[in-house]
Amino acid sequence: MKCQKCGMREATTHIKTVKNGEYAQYELCSQCAKEMGYTNIFSDMENEFSNFLGSFFGNALPARTQAARCEGCGSTYNEIAKTGHVGCADCYETFWEQLMPSIRRIHGNTTHCGKIPHSLEYTESVEKNVSEKNESTDNIDSEIQLLKQSLEKAVKEQNFEKAAELRDKIKELEGNKNAE
Amino acid sequence: MQNNVVISTRVRLARNLEEFPFPCKLNDNGKERVIEKVKSAIKDSNSAVSNDFQFLDLEQMNEMQRLNLVEHHLVSPEFISNTKGRALLITKDNKISIMVNEEDHLRIQVINKGFDLEETYFLADKVDTLLDENLKFAFNKKLGYLTQCPTNLGTGMRASVMLHLPALQKTRAIGRIAGNLSKLGLTIRGIYGEGSEPKGDMYQLSNQVTLGISEKAALENLKNITEQLVNQEKITRERLFKSIETKDTVYRSMGILKYAKSISHDEAMQLLSNVRLGIVSGEINDVSCETIDKLFTQIQPAGLMVKENKKLSPEERDIIRAELIQAAL
Ligand SMILES: [Zn+2]
Ligand SMILES: [Zn+2]
Repeated sequence: MKCQKCGMREATTHIKTVKNGEYAQYELCSQCAKEMGYTNIFSDMENEFSNFLGSFFGNALPARTQAARCEGCGSTYNEIAKTGHVGCADCYETFWEQLMPSIRRIHGNTTHCGKIPHSLEYTESVEKNVSEKNESTDNIDSEIQLLKQSLEKAVKEQNFEKAAELRDKIKELEGNKNAE
Repeated sequence: MQNNVVISTRVRLARNLEEFPFPCKLNDNGKERVIEKVKSAIKDSNSAVSNDFQFLDLEQMNEMQRLNLVEHHLVSPEFISNTKGRALLITKDNKISIMVNEEDHLRIQVINKGFDLEETYFLADKVDTLLDENLKFAFNKKLGYLTQCPTNLGTGMRASVMLHLPALQKTRAIGRIAGNLSKLGLTIRGIYGEGSEPKGDMYQLSNQVTLGISEKAALENLKNITEQLVNQEKITRERLFKSIETKDTVYRSMGILKYAKSISHDEAMQLLSNVRLGIVSGEINDVSCETIDKLFTQIQPAGLMVKENKKLSPEERDIIRAELIQAAL
């Protein structure tokens, strides 16, 4: 399909927008999309990403990976490259090698830094706890130490509900220790 | 005083449920189950915020009402392009919203007036933590929160400020600035309209990189750059107001807004921007910034139609728009 603006280049960018009180869709080439400054507050960079994948990797794929399908959702890498949509969480594992270069290109970095879900926070602190317990002669002390670290983190993040919870736990443990 | 330049602050978090494929690969039944899960996660959390949420059924709304949600920046055009399998949870004050099954299973969004990145993120983070108690989010130790589009990997956080930059726009400085911003991991784009000259001189500045940078660092970076932009805008305003030309433009704009009988969207946006520039520079005193900021949203086409509760032709809208502006001024 040709771009609806210039009518010359191939349309690669699908734009959904609201214009003059009506919902509108356009098929544009990436150049025209850029010139029109696609502007809506929400239009992240989804389309740009599909261009990324399409132009950099879509053409030069080894046959083996073309055939592979994600077990989670059935996506092939070609599908992802064409649409810019990763199908499911498993896709990232399945197509790790192919996706990594463009992820690095987008973010300049490939290692997450920041918030993690509480379930993982828990397993991480348990792991730590177990290993420290083996080394430490005083379990309560090391547990208090760990809790204090989490407390500091919670305060820094202004997570006051959690901080209060941790503070109570520390108090309780310190109480137990003194009672012994 | 920064409120004169920064109109609003927005933080959005992208999250997905581990056990379901992303929305692009999810059937209607799966989408319904995601909606149910999110709804009950909100209900089951013992938090004060959870009681404030109401559920909006997009299929029950008419097209104008849905478009009006977009004009208020509460949902994306993508979100209303297909209402099936989608849901919107929103607090009564419209401050916190959760789009379910847009590009990701969840898009948590908080909007605040003025410039307040800390508070806005604090609220978004709180809602995320609350949902995290009852939902298992797709997460990878290396890539962070997993999202349908890899541009959101990592924190899944897009923080942004809405800026009114008439002086930088009039002096054409904005193009040069935009080029430099991308090197700092930020993007700036117009909010209303298309092309290199956005309507109303309204811009959105947001973080571009989400992987390998913590929420805190990204927010700080955005904050610093915003402050610099605000500063440049203010200096440029002072310079502009030394000339009679700028003052003349401001008062002429006020005149047209007050007396026009019919006014197009684009013209109104430009004139409102000029008047706002006059207000923040102390030139105009009898109208407040809040009045103008409200008008920016109210004069959008779908908003006018929702207010009149009927479909209007562009010509009819121009007349109603002029009336609305005069009533406010
Ligand atoms: Zn084109
Ligand atoms: Zn998959």
